[in-house]
Amino acid sequence: MSEPVIHTEELTRTFGEFRAVDGISFSVGAGEVFGFLGANGAGKTTAMKMLTGLLLPTSGKATVAGFDVFSETESIKRNIGYMSQRFSLYDDLTARENIRFFGGIYGLSSSIIKEKSEALLSSLDLIAVADSRISDLPLGWKQKLAFSVALLHEPKIVFLDEPTGGVDPLTRRRFWDMIYEAADKGVTVFVTTHYMDEAEYCDRVSIMVNGRIAALDTPMAMKSSFGVTTMDELFIRLVRPTAGDGI
Amino acid sequence: MRVIGFLLQKEFLQIFRNKGMLPIIFIMPLIQLVILSNAATFDVRNVPFNLQDLDRTSLSENLSEQFTGSGYFQLTGESSTSSQALDVLVGRNADLVLVIPEGFEKELMRGGSAKVQLIINAEDGFSAGVIQGYTNDIITAFNRDLIPQLPGSAVAAPQPDIIVRSSAWYNPELVYVDYMVPGILVILVTLVGLFLSGMNVVREKEIGTIDQINVTPMRRYQFITGKLLPFWIIGLGELTLGLIIARVAFHVPMLGSYWLIYLVAGIYMLVVLGMGLLISTLTDSQQQAMFIAWFFMVIFTLMSGLFTAIESMPHWAQNMTLANPVRHFVDIMRRVMLKGSGIREIAVPLAILTADAALLITLAVNRYRKVSD
Amino acid sequence: MKEWSSFVGFVVKEFYHIFRDRRTAAILFGMPVIQLLLFGYAIRNEIQEVKIGIADLSRDAVSQAITDKLLSSGTFVLIKNLQSPAEIEGAFRSGAMSEAIVFEPASGKEIQREGSMDIQVITDGSDPNVSRIVTGYTASVVRDYLSEAATTIGAPKGVVPVPLMMFNPGLKSVYLFVPGLMALILMLVSALMTSISITREKESGTMEVLLVSSLRPIQIIVGKVVPYFLLSFINVVSILVIASLVFGVPCRGSVVLLMAESLLFIITALSLGMFISTITGSQQVAMMISLGGLLLPTILLSGFIFPVASMPLPLQVISNVIPAKWYLIIVRAIMLKGASFAVLWQETLVLAVMTVVLIGASLRNFSERLQ
Repeated sequence: MSEPVIHTEELTRTFGEFRAVDGISFSVGAGEVFGFLGANGAGKTTAMKMLTGLLLPTSGKATVAGFDVFSETESIKRNIGYMSQRFSLYDDLTARENIRFFGGIYGLSSSIIKEKSEALLSSLDLIAVADSRISDLPLGWKQKLAFSVALLHEPKIVFLDEPTGGVDPLTRRRFWDMIYEAADKGVTVFVTTHYMDEAEYCDRVSIMVNGRIAALDTPMAMKSSFGVTTMDELFIRLVRPTAGDGI
Repeated sequence: MRVIGFLLQKEFLQIFRNKGMLPIIFIMPLIQLVILSNAATFDVRNVPFNLQDLDRTSLSENLSEQFTGSGYFQLTGESSTSSQALDVLVGRNADLVLVIPEGFEKELMRGGSAKVQLIINAEDGFSAGVIQGYTNDIITAFNRDLIPQLPGSAVAAPQPDIIVRSSAWYNPELVYVDYMVPGILVILVTLVGLFLSGMNVVREKEIGTIDQINVTPMRRYQFITGKLLPFWIIGLGELTLGLIIARVAFHVPMLGSYWLIYLVAGIYMLVVLGMGLLISTLTDSQQQAMFIAWFFMVIFTLMSGLFTAIESMPHWAQNMTLANPVRHFVDIMRRVMLKGSGIREIAVPLAILTADAALLITLAVNRYRKVSD
Repeated sequence: MKEWSSFVGFVVKEFYHIFRDRRTAAILFGMPVIQLLLFGYAIRNEIQEVKIGIADLSRDAVSQAITDKLLSSGTFVLIKNLQSPAEIEGAFRSGAMSEAIVFEPASGKEIQREGSMDIQVITDGSDPNVSRIVTGYTASVVRDYLSEAATTIGAPKGVVPVPLMMFNPGLKSVYLFVPGLMALILMLVSALMTSISITREKESGTMEVLLVSSLRPIQIIVGKVVPYFLLSFINVVSILVIASLVFGVPCRGSVVLLMAESLLFIITALSLGMFISTITGSQQVAMMISLGGLLLPTILLSGFIFPVASMPLPLQVISNVIPAKWYLIIVRAIMLKGASFAVLWQETLVLAVMTVVLIGASLRNFSERLQ
């Protein structure tokens, strides 16, 4: 593996008595597509919030893009993109306005914003609806747009929190094409998902159970070491003993 | 600076795109200002009045004519018993019953004095006092003409007299509108500012866009400035429209300086917006934020001295109003507009507002965290 | 039957919403009580301490006697001994005092020689209300002084008025304002709660879930309103208890009638909230209308502080659409005047008609949305 761009050691976050994330350690290399799996409430979103600088860890160590998550959150933010599970562009603004806004607050110059937004809108086939409000777009398009916006400032790492929830398989497939395209350009992709077929698309996946990492490997190696044929089986095998509190 | 510019642009787009909100921000307050400013008056006029003349002599008729002809009272009916009189008061057909007892004229002519009863509806104690004042004026005038004709008036020595010459400065006609317009304007500007800012951040929390902002390298001060400035501008714009209405529609005098008003308003808006932002950062849902903003708004309004004088409150309540920014701004607006007070004369409330602004903005900035812990 | 049980389930869900969020529940129950307690004490009309300045340029027995009489009345507090009338302006502008009394030089001699003298009373007219009251007080103190000084016995007094202050002999403003506060608080809380609760459901998309359920529109609306009705009922009881125990406002009429009228008023307010929610799509707008649009009109046009009869005619006409105005008439009549339903049926009818119109309009808007 090349120099890791995300590295954690015993990273922990507690809320009162509850250990949402309980000492996780892993590394993600540059250009990797890293899948972050787990049942609802397993601690995925909490872990991701710590890595993106939205939430302060309780203990442990972690660096993102070489910066410390305790003390250098602002430097981290300059180097990452983020797309949250709840669709997070402004519904009452148009596609063009959203691009302009997020480009602007990342400090891109007006000419670059203009250039990028035209390229982006035409590659997403959104030119015709670029000036109508986002709320009028189908969900799949919104997600693709949100992903592109997260990549606008050319971050080293992009964090995607359940980016494809609620859309059809074909649209999801197209979304993953975009993820690969980004990874080919050297962007590290850190993605959480519920869909096991998507897990297969990742270079490596980790499965979180009750705040801990229960397994971490390439999908292929993981399946063979557990002696299962599909990721679904693997997931259920790992999660079942404690499934009661998750689902 | 550029980043703030982008944030401002976004906020303004969102505000002006919200078709449901626009009329509420701009039209509703101004309509209220125009309509309601005339409602706030303690003038007591056209008091409905019931006559119970049990004497039915020329003198009693003369007296009741003084009442009907005074312009203060409007005769709405006559009664002949005290239970009828009570019914009239309960049924809101009159606020005053003048009872002239039987033998009224005879007694006056024989003994030089006679009593009449004035039954006043005192539900509203203040109006009752005013009505009593009117009746005193009428009867005093009536007596002035009557007494020289009464027996025994010749022996009376001329009484010394003290004439109270009253004059009211700044508002000699005691026009309520001049007094109310600046105050109502303050309430409206506060309402709009507090609600827009109070709902804003918590709304982004509810719909999830706040995380998207928080993962960007935008700085705290940039975020807060970008959030405050649009509402600050809207608030001052609203004030400007209100001042124009005050001038053109109500002819409220402006003895002081507009610059001073805007200086104070600029600081005052920071207090209001800082408070709204603080509420917004402390709550989890728009609903909570609204209830809290509502709670304070009602208290601020009623405890501002806008409708009832601060001096009428008990001491502890008077002290409480010192913490009420609306009170200070209402006070300053009235003083500057109606009395032409300068900055030195409003230094104390202005200093309090400035301290409030600094405190609230600091708290709001500190409460807003890009990283939660 | 099945429909009924799903309706009950829906109402129970609404209760959960209210009580799950403790902060909101605390606000809904606590606020009316706190506000009534606070305002009941603070919103008064009696002027207690008039800050005055006296410029006594005469310095004789008469001016001294009148000054003593003014200051011993308890209403006036001497803030400043003015050396000259020129100091008045500054004191007014800084708000240090609200009245100045000027005794002209040698006025004591004047009254002996000519039988009359002038006193100048200058008030800060920027508050016309205080100005008027203060002038009246001062004049009455001077009148008292004169009548005490008058020595002639046996002179005719003419007509002597004997005032009888009905319903409120002490002329206490509490009696006036507490019922007004009841109307204001109940109106705002009730309208606010329903309008927000329904728009919230619209905004989060759960309204659609309700609409595709077996519940009929009327059931959804009633189900939304019932919990808030019960909640408001608790507020009514606590407010009436405070009015009577803490502020000593009498209830001379029937308590049952008062409760019944209060419930009718709550229903009117809840319907208004519901109506607001059917014409708006967002909580923000609903909030702005039910607070921004109701606060000042309810305070100003209901007769709560300013008598409706004093307003210009167009405003008196407009005031008729303010539900609180009618409730206020009813509450004051029952509590202070002991009025019976026979006197109040018209006002009651107005509230009832308003309620029916609001509910009808909401239902119509609501069903239109469905199509």
